[in-house]
Amino acid sequence: MAYEPVIGLEVHAQLQTNSKLFSPAPTHFGAAPNANTNEICLGMPGVLPVLNEQAVELAIRAAIGLNCTVNHRSQWSRKHYFYPDLPKGYQISQYDQPIASNGRLTIKVGDAEKTIRIERIHMEEDAGKNVHDAALAGNRSYVDFNRAGIPLVEIVTKPDLHSPEEAAAYMKSLRQILRYLDVCDGNMEQGSLRCDANVSIKPIGQKELGTRTELKNINSFRFVSQAIQYEILRQTEVLDRGEKVIQETRLWDSQAKMTRSMRSKEEAHDYRYFPDPDLPDLVLNETQIAEINSSLPELPTQKIERYISELELSEYDATVLSEDVEIANFFESALQEHKNPKAIGNWVINEVLRAIKGTSITTLAFPPQYLGRLVKLIDEQTISGKIAKDVFEEMLKNGENPEDIVANKGLKQVTNLDEIEPVVDKILQENSDNVRQYKEGNTKLLGFFVGQVMKATAGKANPKLVNQILQDKLK
Amino acid sequence: MSEHSKIDSEEVHHIAKLARLNLSPEEAKEIGSNLEDILRYVELLNQLDTSNVTPTSHAIPLPTKYREDSSQPCLESSKTLRGAPERIGDGFGVPKIVE
Amino acid sequence: MAERKVSSLELTNLCLNHIEKNDPKIGAYLHVDREGAIQQAKGADARREKNESKGALDGVPLALKDIFLTNDLPTTCASKILENFIAPYDGTVVKKLKDAGAVILGKLNMDEFAMGSSNEHSAFKPVHNPWDLERVAGGSSGGSAASVAASLCYGSLGTDTGGSIRQPSSLNGIVGLKPTYGRVSRYGVIAFASSLDQVGPMTKSVKDAALMLNTIAGHDPADSTSANTPVVDYASSCDEKITPIRIGIPKEYFVGELDSEIADAINQAIRVYQNMGCEIVDISLPHTSYAIATYYLIATAEASSNLARYDGVRYGLRKDPGQGLNEMYSNTRGHGFGLEVKRRIMLGTYALSAGYYDAYYAKAQCVRTLIRNDFAAAFEKVDLILTPTSPNVAFKLGAHQADPIEMYLADIFTVSCNLAGLPGISLPCGFNRDDLPIGLQLLGPAWEEARILKYAYAFERETEHHKRRPNGL
Repeated sequence: MAYEPVIGLEVHAQLQTNSKLFSPAPTHFGAAPNANTNEICLGMPGVLPVLNEQAVELAIRAAIGLNCTVNHRSQWSRKHYFYPDLPKGYQISQYDQPIASNGRLTIKVGDAEKTIRIERIHMEEDAGKNVHDAALAGNRSYVDFNRAGIPLVEIVTKPDLHSPEEAAAYMKSLRQILRYLDVCDGNMEQGSLRCDANVSIKPIGQKELGTRTELKNINSFRFVSQAIQYEILRQTEVLDRGEKVIQETRLWDSQAKMTRSMRSKEEAHDYRYFPDPDLPDLVLNETQIAEINSSLPELPTQKIERYISELELSEYDATVLSEDVEIANFFESALQEHKNPKAIGNWVINEVLRAIKGTSITTLAFPPQYLGRLVKLIDEQTISGKIAKDVFEEMLKNGENPEDIVANKGLKQVTNLDEIEPVVDKILQENSDNVRQYKEGNTKLLGFFVGQVMKATAGKANPKLVNQILQDKLK
Repeated sequence: MSEHSKIDSEEVHHIAKLARLNLSPEEAKEIGSNLEDILRYVELLNQLDTSNVTPTSHAIPLPTKYREDSSQPCLESSKTLRGAPERIGDGFGVPKIVE
Repeated sequence: MAERKVSSLELTNLCLNHIEKNDPKIGAYLHVDREGAIQQAKGADARREKNESKGALDGVPLALKDIFLTNDLPTTCASKILENFIAPYDGTVVKKLKDAGAVILGKLNMDEFAMGSSNEHSAFKPVHNPWDLERVAGGSSGGSAASVAASLCYGSLGTDTGGSIRQPSSLNGIVGLKPTYGRVSRYGVIAFASSLDQVGPMTKSVKDAALMLNTIAGHDPADSTSANTPVVDYASSCDEKITPIRIGIPKEYFVGELDSEIADAINQAIRVYQNMGCEIVDISLPHTSYAIATYYLIATAEASSNLARYDGVRYGLRKDPGQGLNEMYSNTRGHGFGLEVKRRIMLGTYALSAGYYDAYYAKAQCVRTLIRNDFAAAFEKVDLILTPTSPNVAFKLGAHQADPIEMYLADIFTVSCNLAGLPGISLPCGFNRDDLPIGLQLLGPAWEEARILKYAYAFERETEHHKRRPNGL
């Protein structure tokens, strides 16, 4: 039978704050186990939570960026369960009164655009991490609470996605916006962006939804579609065998490339939510929300439009340059040095993106301003485009500025007639046979002469000038 | 409420499991009967119609309170792990967790 | 406290001697810090010699209910689950007392996790009432009350969730103040029921309570429920001139079988206020009879949540039979908590569990609103409310252990004030035929501790009850 998948995503995004959601412990990644903890994130007796203002601002930014309604009153609730990585025996979260609801995000799959509805965004604190390190712990586990208390938003979609590709496109688009807004760094491998997927299938045309499973541990971008794809196939096989899909939590195993049932979560949960008496309600007024709204940076769609209309870039170039906010920022900083959007855009797209090969643009050895200055050198005819590529390679290697590289290596273009003419004369003299052939009508040989002159000047002669002189002399 | 105020041993067992609380058979029996008595007693709240009453979660109205987003020094690790029943490296040891 | 002539070391030694002699009979202390106290006392005396005294509490020997976290002394909450626990930090009020130069003698016995009104639910030992060693000290701050009554310290800190400061103060013939919710920081106080808990002083006199409140009151950025309301000098409020005010007597507090000797003592107290020119007004708090049910649902639900952190992973007791994680949790908690704590965790867990939340917890939160409204309406008509603190004097140890509901019902006069977040005080107003103390309770509107203390002090000036000390020791 033919089935249609129905997918909803629950994405946890770590808010980029200096300190935790309810305590002043630091949040940076990579600290020694339990080094980023204080009595509050360890759930010591007697501790109390105090809300991090910046975390609220970031959550509101995400809400506005995702076209949600920011709720004027939201409430903190305690969600209870016992697990070693949960220090207090409950997680402070938002339950029936989240900070934002009813949003939407437009995604692009191929050439088609589609709007995905967002049900809600709520804030919560992260749990710690149970570590299974056989070398250190043998047949035991240990708990590291560095992550405990880190602020998260959970962004929940309606079941509006219908293929693994759509889910992947949603994640890409969501990550792009969260990065644009400086809400979350979007790093799935480090766990700052995490995706749980609710997947079910139903016969095409049937209204009623099938039984869903919840997929966890999708900890990389490429696993989003892989895990969902696998799960759709698995459920299809189950139904085709005449069996029923069991509602359960399944773990994505990226090595085996399959999902498997999570035994430890089998027990039905009773989270016993109730409003946290330690925390006042989160009350926001329209002025606060409007202030955050007006301070929001430009979003990807706005940027693309501006690049096309103001900078006169092609839609393709505008889209590529806007794909990642760091790249767009790099491009715009380079542009500050020299107003040639088309040329600088091309350099970013063709050279810079090739050079960083998918890593962060912050790994480049030189600042964006140097790229602007490099293009300026070309446009002012100080160097040729060909020499510029060599200069760029030098910049990549040691981060030096283009002017110094040109000066130190003597790469400045020669535009002085008096310097070029003798070289041309010499070349013509040494190649009298070719000069004759040219004069007999083999004008294709002009390229040969230009090449010889350029070679003799180590590429520094202005090729346009060389052309002109040669044509004059060969008349 | 009234239909819930019968607490059988299965129910006691279920709640004790939720609360991660081992009870001896005597404790389970006593607490089960206490719970029944208490739940029967609190039924008197049903005499009140509260359908139009806003619940109170804070007796004194509280304004939203914020903390500035600056990080402060953490506990020294000697204090972090000082009371740990089981210590593995700089971590808190627990029985092996299978997911 | 303020006008004392003797040195801190003398006072401290006096307390330590009393502790050594009498505490084995009373059981008020769980931990005595003899060396630390003497050292602090010497420091205070040195300051006084150099005219650098830090104020009224500098050098005064005080003690703390074992619910306050201290980073130099153990904090057990009278529970086996925290036996040997030493906190990594001092709570806010402890810091404030230390900064004021107070000498901390040690940590005081209590009902385990502040659950109880007799102090028989301490995991370590019961507290005996200094007025009659065969009787209970009340609870949950029983050690805090008995230690003050028996001069084992000059003042103590307690916590009050449903009467845990006022009831033992009443049973021990001392003064106990429960401030407005949010007046004193809860940071570093082990939580029982977060929306009800409040810290307060327990002392021999109203003035001493005012002095201690001066030190501990005020906004704490580490407690989101601590209020930014102005704090006045409560000690000087006591000395303000008395003006005739209206005092309300809630009729619901005088129905049923109120002990006739308690009723007599309260009626005499009413006459004392009438003689000052105060107007006595009959008022009604119509939802009083729902308070106990409301209180026990809310308090146990919050407690079941607050006590979830005692799981044997990061600190405290662990009893692991080696059969996996859940068995470790259940065994640890089964061993570590006493029967009363288990009973309340069970009730609270039940009240919050799937399908029952609306019927129990949410319902109780609505009735709580009605109880708050009762007080709001009453304080439109009167300035203070006067009631007995407890329907009984100190009873015999073991007398009420069989029936928890009977025990819970004894909190009838104290719990409403916690549900409404209001301030209240208990002060001695007489003795029964067995020479057991009787307490008077004054309740005020939110943030009106100064008014309560002023009229409590006025009563104290007109009477001699607070001067009596137990003599059988």
